Amino acid sequence: MTLKTRLIPCLDVMGGRVVKGVNFVDLRDAGDPVEAAMAYDAAGADELTFLDITASHEGRDTIFDVVARTAEHCFMPVTVGGGVRTIEDIRKLLLAGADKVAINSAAVNDPDFIARAADKFGNQCIVVSVDAKQRLSERVGGDNRSEWEIFTHGGRKPSGLDAVEFAARMVERGAGELLVTSMDRDGTKSGFDLKLTRAIADEVEVPVIASGGVGSLQDLVDGVVEGHASAVLAASIFHFGTFTIPQAKQYLRDHGVAVRMD
Amino acid sequence: MTTSRSVTLLDYGMCNMLNVARAFERAGADLKVTEDPRDAATAERLVVPGVGAFGDSMIEVTRRGHGDAIRAFAETGRPLLGICVGMQILFEGSEEFGDSPGLGVIAGRVMAVPPRTTAGISQRVPHIGWNELLLPPSRNTWDGTMMQSQASGPPAVYFVHSFVPHPTDPTDRLADFDYGGHRLCAAIKRDNITATQFHPERSGEVGLALLASFVGS
Repeated sequence: MTLKTRLIPCLDVMGGRVVKGVNFVDLRDAGDPVEAAMAYDAAGADELTFLDITASHEGRDTIFDVVARTAEHCFMPVTVGGGVRTIEDIRKLLLAGADKVAINSAAVNDPDFIARAADKFGNQCIVVSVDAKQRLSERVGGDNRSEWEIFTHGGRKPSGLDAVEFAARMVERGAGELLVTSMDRDGTKSGFDLKLTRAIADEVEVPVIASGGVGSLQDLVDGVVEGHASAVLAASIFHFGTFTIPQAKQYLRDHGVAVRMD
Repeated sequence: MTTSRSVTLLDYGMCNMLNVARAFERAGADLKVTEDPRDAATAERLVVPGVGAFGDSMIEVTRRGHGDAIRAFAETGRPLLGICVGMQILFEGSEEFGDSPGLGVIAGRVMAVPPRTTAGISQRVPHIGWNELLLPPSRNTWDGTMMQSQASGPPAVYFVHSFVPHPTDPTDRLADFDYGGHRLCAAIKRDNITATQFHPERSGEVGLALLASFVGS
């Protein structure tokens, strides 16, 4: 009798293949994205996220094709991020079959872009990716800053922006959801950065998706219970077969988290 | 009851028709997607999808002449299905961005999803994700409705919205959902008109079964 916590497998796509790295580098091939999407759909994933991780550098047409082919087979919500810079990019992704788009660098460079995108397509389809990294200790503190800073360009470029402030500002501009990724944890299997997730989830009133670092099923529970996330996103544990979607859902349910079990 | 599986999908340029179209095709519909409101007059079943903002959608619907076409179709007694914003515009108006008038086919207004639970604790809006459909107090059964196939258990379906319609007549409610203790309207049915706030086209097998049921109506 309540809104379920979403379990979201994330497919990092590069050149039409699923890849997964550690701390955003050192990538390993993990297969065909459309086949993976279909398998996750059949397994009961609640939503799917494609991140086009090389979009900032290379041609982007492969991701449109991946999204369109996925949409032919999967009748589930799909979010697509990576390299989304213009209203036209968003329109093309939605027309290809995406339900939501995740925006990162463009939101940092031009916060008004989020306002324009939300006006045009509705805030329910605008997700802002908050890619955050813990500050070096000498840069923490003073002037009410949190412990985290926003990075762009797949985690390579520090922005100088405070992560919690940035998150709140994006929601003001019209972001309907935040995808909060700890770049310190991404691919490390050491669990979400729960302090980061919670700091942002408690600051905003839109749903927060916790991302980056899942290595165990307990990490998923912690993201919801400790991190206050509405959805939990993971990649490696599913791609490399460590756990299945049904196992993860059963574990969440056994630990008091309401999930969809079909 | 007819043996035809013909479904006409009205495109007013405000949403991704493709996902709705693909889902109907998967659900066995003989589908026609059209931007021409005149096609509504001859449609056997009409679907009005939608996503985004109520005001913008009404502007497009009116500008393209779809508003009168939808109203006229609703009078024919043939099956009409509204989805998400396509449901909301059937109502008399919405409080989204000031006060926008709707088509007035169903009595009631569209209001913001409550930002607090009934216990006064703040809750997240938009309401995004899978939530269970509940039988409204005004109904004993889903038999004879599009929901018939779901009678065996409470199905979870996918929602993504910040506004929700409040039908004036409680008997118009087909399914409810619970958000923070508020019982809100997930779907309506009044005579030949059915509409869902959730997205059947994104609700996996449950959603496809609902669409198949509409195609068979």
